[in-house]
Order: sequence, then structure tokens, then C-alpha cells
Amino acid sequence: MDVIVCVKHVPETAEAEIVVDESGKRIRTEDLVFAINEWDDYALEEAVLLKERLGGSVTIVTVGPEEADDTLRKCLARGADRAIRLTDKTFEGSDAYAIAKILHKAIKDLPFNLILTGAQAGDDGYAQVGVVLAELLGIPHATMVKKIELKEGFARVNRELEGGLEEVVEVKLPTVLAIQTGINEPRYVSIMGIRKAREKEIRVLGLRDLGLREEEVGESGSWITVEKMFMPPVEKEAEILTGGLDEIAAKIVETLRARGLV
Amino acid sequence: MKELFVLAEHRRGEIRDVTFEMLTKGRELSQKINADLTAVLLGHDVKEFAKTLADQAKRVLIVDDARLENFNAEAYQRVLSHLISERKPSLTLVGHTAYGVDLAPSLAAELNVPLATDCIDLDFEGERLVVVRQVYGGKVNVKASLCKSESYVVTLRPGTFEAQEVKPLGGETIEIASPLSKDIEYKRFIEFFEPPAGEVDISAADIIVGIGRGIRDIENMPVVEKLAGALGGVLACSRPVVDKGWLPKDRQVGTSGKTVKPKLYIAIGISGQFQHVSGMKNADLIIAINKDPKAPIFRAADYGVVEDLFKVVPALTNKLLEEKTSK
Repeated sequence: MDVIVCVKHVPETAEAEIVVDESGKRIRTEDLVFAINEWDDYALEEAVLLKERLGGSVTIVTVGPEEADDTLRKCLARGADRAIRLTDKTFEGSDAYAIAKILHKAIKDLPFNLILTGAQAGDDGYAQVGVVLAELLGIPHATMVKKIELKEGFARVNRELEGGLEEVVEVKLPTVLAIQTGINEPRYVSIMGIRKAREKEIRVLGLRDLGLREEEVGESGSWITVEKMFMPPVEKEAEILTGGLDEIAAKIVETLRARGLV
Repeated sequence: MKELFVLAEHRRGEIRDVTFEMLTKGRELSQKINADLTAVLLGHDVKEFAKTLADQAKRVLIVDDARLENFNAEAYQRVLSHLISERKPSLTLVGHTAYGVDLAPSLAAELNVPLATDCIDLDFEGERLVVVRQVYGGKVNVKASLCKSESYVVTLRPGTFEAQEVKPLGGETIEIASPLSKDIEYKRFIEFFEPPAGEVDISAADIIVGIGRGIRDIENMPVVEKLAGALGGVLACSRPVVDKGWLPKDRQVGTSGKTVKPKLYIAIGISGQFQHVSGMKNADLIIAINKDPKAPIFRAADYGVVEDLFKVVPALTNKLLEEKTSK
């Protein structure tokens, strides 16, 4: 089973304060820690689990700057065999559609039975790349995947729907599966693994290597262009309780008492 | 006449709410661009749905085929790409749901029609389509424009637009012969699967202590368990807690979990992405504890505490226990 996993190097923002920069089109990232996109982390783990069970290989592909090598190295340390980074000045400003086109060029001639992506990215949250990639490759896909069982010639997968419901669908191989978080328990990287991974090579390919034209990527090759970023308008704002810990606790208890909740 | 499509979403014999939300937004947009609002209904034996939709649109296009009984992205894509190519709607609205995300990107790529996903607003500014989306887990909004095109596809975030009642429009119903000539080759719907229910039903609880990523480690669970105990409430959580296996799936509040409406919801270490908020925003009283002052949860809460939860929660628990013993 040869599996390709598409990953993205993203800033961790779940618990960080975000500030829009002077351009008004990006956020300030200097103080943020970057890591593998959370959904991709589960996709990578799923690929490594499949390799451990069935043999074969795991190839990681990303579109990103040199800093993304950090994420690729960790993927290699976690059990991936090869890593490819797609990078070019002209890729800047690419939306999910343009990214899928870049990935498509890199992947179409590689041997694979299965491609895994995260169901979405924690930064721009398009939830598109895997599905567009499948369409460009002319193969089927399934998104929001919570369970994979490989059968002869097809995958039986559980897709997460709303309200705690799942659906079971069968998809012919080769296929693209976009992975939802919680499908497995991503492992930690061992120090040994990181050391060994330093010796593995990361292939770097650019616009020309991929046979792409400039107008196919970046803003000109995208469907959507960011005009401005802004903080969400505040329609309702919590009354912030301040003071020492004891004071805050007393205020909460008072509020609860007033409503007969204690 | 220009046309604006809304793809009706239905499951297990019910039209899903997002359909009516899209019809509401679709009516507004169609008036603005002087287009007909058309509901597109794919399914099998769905005449009843068609009647409901006809009350809210200028027309309903029905494609009835046994292979469309349950959602199937491959079958849906084939039918929709046929309809869009034939009728060239200015815009096709699809729900940003588990179905919509499985369908819209490949449909748009096949037709090379610009797509914007998970939009919380959209508008035509002249000939340009402009959308508003959220990025970084709802901490920042983006205004973005789509490249110029005759036709667009947009997926709308469920729960963003309030579905409005209208005087029945009595739209016409047009049956279209199924364009599915060959078999659905690649994808097959097998069945629905409902994870087994646990012993606690959070949707019946009056007091809920909701925990999120900020709890950091399963070792820290006693901190919040004690608070839940002192309040006489139950523990529930946002998605990351279930993903890590710290609480079972039936404790998850939000889009892919349960919707709750307790008298009190204390959100602890929860950033407040819309998927979670949509499941708890109707609680009578919401108190949020988070160290990021800009966390979206503070836009859903009545009261907020910007502090380290590992300091506030024990202090609150102690205060509650003191209160009890002094009675």
C-alpha cells in the first residue's frame, strides 16, 4: 500500500492571540509557533498505521516555504519514507484551488493506492484541497473520514455527519480520503526518530520542475483573493469579571445564586 | 432570465435546516441581481419536499432517481454539473455541511466555476461576487472576492442566516429526467451509523461544565470533575477533548455532537469555534473561562474570566464548597 499524505505547515492559533498585520491581508506570525496542521497530523498517523499493517511506503507532500521542512522532518521521524516540498515565489497568494493544482502536478506521476489529506486546515479552513485534487486526478474521494477499512479494490469508510451521526460509504481505490480529527491517536516523535530523519532527503520542486505556468498558480490561478482581514464584529460581548481569584470566584457564585443555580 | 440555485439538503426523510437558511439568503440575493430563485431537489420519491420548497422559491427542479435516494457525492456531482451546464445559474448555493464539503469542491473543479467555501456572508458588488469567511478558528474574518465568472458556487455555513417564513410563493415544479445514464461507479452509500449512547445524556442536563483544548492533559481532568461535582452538573466538551479520548463522543457539544440548552453552561478552556458555539449558544447563562481575551467564546458568553483556568477553576470550586458547608 503506497500512501501519499498532503500536509500543511500552519501557525498554531487555537490558544494564541491573533493580530492582523499592516498589510491588512495577513496575520502577524512572528510570535506564533508553527506545526503540522492538526487534521493532517491524523492523516499522517493513519498512513503510518496502514504501512505498519500492510507494508508499502508513505510519501509526504507539502506546498510551502523552507520553514515547512520542520514539519516534513517530523513526518519523516514519525514513519514517513519520503518528503517532497513544492515551493516557488509564484505560489504566493494561492488559494485552495491553486494549491490543489500544484499538488496535482507533483502527485500525478507518483505511484500510489491512496492519498490522505486533512479534512481542512486550521488557518484558512477552506476544506477543499483533497476533493479538488481528487477531481483533477480523476479519482473518487470521501471527506470527513473517521474510520478506514481497506478491502479488495475499495475502501469502506465512515464519514462524520452532523449530530453524532456517521455514514458508511464504499469508495473505489485509488482514492483521496480527507481525514477528520479523532480517527486515531497520533504518536509522539522519538528523539532517535528525529535524529534519523535528518538524514532523509527532502526533494524540493518549483514551478518549472512541475510543468506549471505562472498564470496557473498564485492569485492569477486562484478562484478567490483575500481583500482584507479584520477582527469579527462584536455583536455581543461577555461582561468580563475582574479582580483577584477569590473575588472572581465570589462574583460567579453570586451570579449563580441570583439565578437559583446554587 | 438569470437564475440562482439553492441545493436542497435532506436526510432520512427530512429537509435540513440549512436549506431554508440558504433559501432566505438566496431570495435576498436573487432580488438584488434580478434572478429567479430555483430550489434544486435531488432524491427519490421526494414530492412532499418539492411542495415545501415550492412555497419558498420561484421554481423547484426535481431529479428523481433511486440512485439519489441517499446523498452520494458522485451521483450528485453528475446531476448538478449537468444542470449547471444547461441552465448556467449565476450562483449555486450549497450548505457547508458534511454533504456540501464532499460535493462542492469537485463540482466546481469539474466545471471550472469559482468556489468559495464556508461563507458567512456574500454579496454581488457590481459583477463581482464578494464573500466573508472566517479563518484561524473564527478569530479573524476575511473579506474576499472571487474571480470574474458567469457562474459561481458558494457553500454557506449552517446557522449563519436565520430562515425566514414567507408568504407561500407557489413556485412551479419541474421534473427533469435523470441525467444519470451509467451506473455510479466509484462510490456507494452503505448505511447510517449511530454510535451507541452512553449513560449520561448531556442534552437533558441543567448544569453543564464544558471543557476544551485548554485542559491540556487527561491528568488534569480531576480539576474540572470537582467543579462539576460542586455544581451538581455534568461534564461535556468540545471536539479536541473527544479526539484525544478524554471524554466519550456522546459528551461532545456542537455541530457534529449534541445541541444543549442547559440553565448554566460554563465553558472552560474552549476557544469557541462556531461548530461548538452552535451547540450551546442557547443556554440560559453562559460563563466562559479562557486566557485569550480575544477568544470567540467571549462573544457567545454572558460573563467571562480572562485567566488561567487552572487557577480560576479550583478557586471557584472551593468557593462553591464553602457556600455549601456554610448553609
